[in-house]
Amino acid sequence: METLIFFIFAALALGSALVVVAHKSPVYATLSLVLTLVSTAVLFLLLGAPFVGVLQVLVYAGAIVVLFLFVIMLLNLQKEGSAEGPGAQLWAALLGAVLFLGMLGLAFRRVALPAPPPLTAESVSLKGLASDLFGEYLLPFEIVGLLLLVAVIGATVAARRPGEPASLSENEEEIAP
Amino acid sequence: MSVPVSWYLLLSAALFAIGTVGALTRRNGISIFLSIELMLNAANLTLVAYARQLDQRTGQLIVFFVLAVAAAEAAVGLALFIAVFRQRHTIDVNRLNLMRW
Amino acid sequence: MNPELAATLVKYAVMFLVFINVAPIMNWVERRACAFIQDRPGPNRVGPFGLFQPVADALKFMFKEDVTPSAADRPLYLMAPAIALVPAFTTFVVIPFGPDVQIGGRTIPLVVANVDTGVLLFLALASLSVYSLVMAGYASNNKFSLLGSIRASAQLISYELALTISVLAVLIPVASFRLSDVVAYQQQHVWSFIPQILGFLVFLIASFAETNRLPFDLSEAESELIAGFHTEYGSMRFALFFQAEYTNMAALSALGVTLYFGGWTLPGIDFPHNVWGGLLGLATLLAKVAFCMLMYVWVRWTFPRFRYDQLMRLGWKVLLPLSILNLILVAAMTLAGWLGPWKP
Repeated sequence: METLIFFIFAALALGSALVVVAHKSPVYATLSLVLTLVSTAVLFLLLGAPFVGVLQVLVYAGAIVVLFLFVIMLLNLQKEGSAEGPGAQLWAALLGAVLFLGMLGLAFRRVALPAPPPLTAESVSLKGLASDLFGEYLLPFEIVGLLLLVAVIGATVAARRPGEPASLSENEEEIAP
Repeated sequence: MSVPVSWYLLLSAALFAIGTVGALTRRNGISIFLSIELMLNAANLTLVAYARQLDQRTGQLIVFFVLAVAAAEAAVGLALFIAVFRQRHTIDVNRLNLMRW
Repeated sequence: MNPELAATLVKYAVMFLVFINVAPIMNWVERRACAFIQDRPGPNRVGPFGLFQPVADALKFMFKEDVTPSAADRPLYLMAPAIALVPAFTTFVVIPFGPDVQIGGRTIPLVVANVDTGVLLFLALASLSVYSLVMAGYASNNKFSLLGSIRASAQLISYELALTISVLAVLIPVASFRLSDVVAYQQQHVWSFIPQILGFLVFLIASFAETNRLPFDLSEAESELIAGFHTEYGSMRFALFFQAEYTNMAALSALGVTLYFGGWTLPGIDFPHNVWGGLLGLATLLAKVAFCMLMYVWVRWTFPRFRYDQLMRLGWKVLLPLSILNLILVAAMTLAGWLGPWKP
């Protein structure tokens, strides 16, 4: 049963990743990315990381990709026109990818990883993750919070129209899109 | 028969490779960005697979941080794209070549 | 078949049958309640008190001509109503609807998916509802639809934050994400809306915005955007959007009731741990959800609509700081020991 679920969602992830990379329309590529993220979230669940899987759907697929869609619609991006066919760049990239995968496949054939211990209720529990996050990893957690604050301020400043004041005064009410 | 962890590692390598090909060959800036997100996702899968293999939760915690950093990076990157688009009316990376020699 | 799988399927079937009837019932309730508020009779021709009106509407939807705009993006246009139903019919799996039932020597908790990450799963699945709006608006190839869908999705992701933080505040004294633990905590202490009244108000307002209901329905405003993101959808496709909207409302009401009003429990009454207790629990939950839905209808026909900038300002500048304030207050109260220890 677990093998079946793995194969279905691995195939789904690979297929939608190919669509993300190859499709001409940015909107279709973004929606395929959502599918890839959801399939990967299911794979996380299979690997005994339910919190990370659910968080991936909530944060990545539910917010970040929506941001992508907004920008695509705001900039009204059209389908990529294919003026030139597959050039030397594409063949070089494909060759590199195939070599990389071949090398890794060979490596895994040589070295057999031992079977991991079976998942217990304790190892997937949220309590353990939370005690690690707020115990040993408290400093990175706080720094990431600061990073997000900096990113919010930076994004607001970077996307302003040139000449726009930092905040709207009471008289002018901006009717947004 | 449970799925060996090396299959997850191969899958994430494949996703990473697909993302790299996309980042290297697309002309549209947003599509390059999507491929980068795909690569980050593949790295997340590798981290969780190793967390499972070594029976440590550290991998999952790192994924937590990678998720937050990816969100920050997406926000700032997209804001920059909007700013560039306003100036140059294109995000075709072949045409954004002011600093080329 | 694995008995646990069988039990899960039966529980899902029960919840599904309940939630699929929400849309027709709400159709009738909405029209009669709106008529009552506006001092007119409402539908009263089709059956006694117009009770068969939803049946007539369903027949109309099924037999109406299905028009697809020629310039619409076909795959996305066809997928959008289907995707709208996905969060509607998956989010209620984490809501407990009764006490643990003892059948044949086994104890079965009455939650379809009693996962460790309970509420988070609900929020994650609910956050996917943005995509149906975006796809519908983009694929319709219509300026008004696109505008409506962009507004709706911006509104949804803005109010999602305030909603999530007020939900987190409820979970602090419970120290668990599972909704069955939240209900058990409320049974041992007081219903959460009393110590967390601020959080409850934020949750209430954010849930109106999350379901695109007045006073936050600018995205489907009839006088301004034709019908917003579902302008180009007729007959059965519109019925699917309609169904998804009401089911989302019911699921979010069920979540609110479980978090703040004790869910399936009644104060002081211990339900028996068998099928009858389960049914009583389900009936209590549904009574509370029905009251919430009536409130949704009441508010819709009473208040005027928010303008878009007022809506965004409210979401980011008022509700988000208030929900964070609530979080800090609840954390302080828990540290001070007022919200009490409890045994799972």
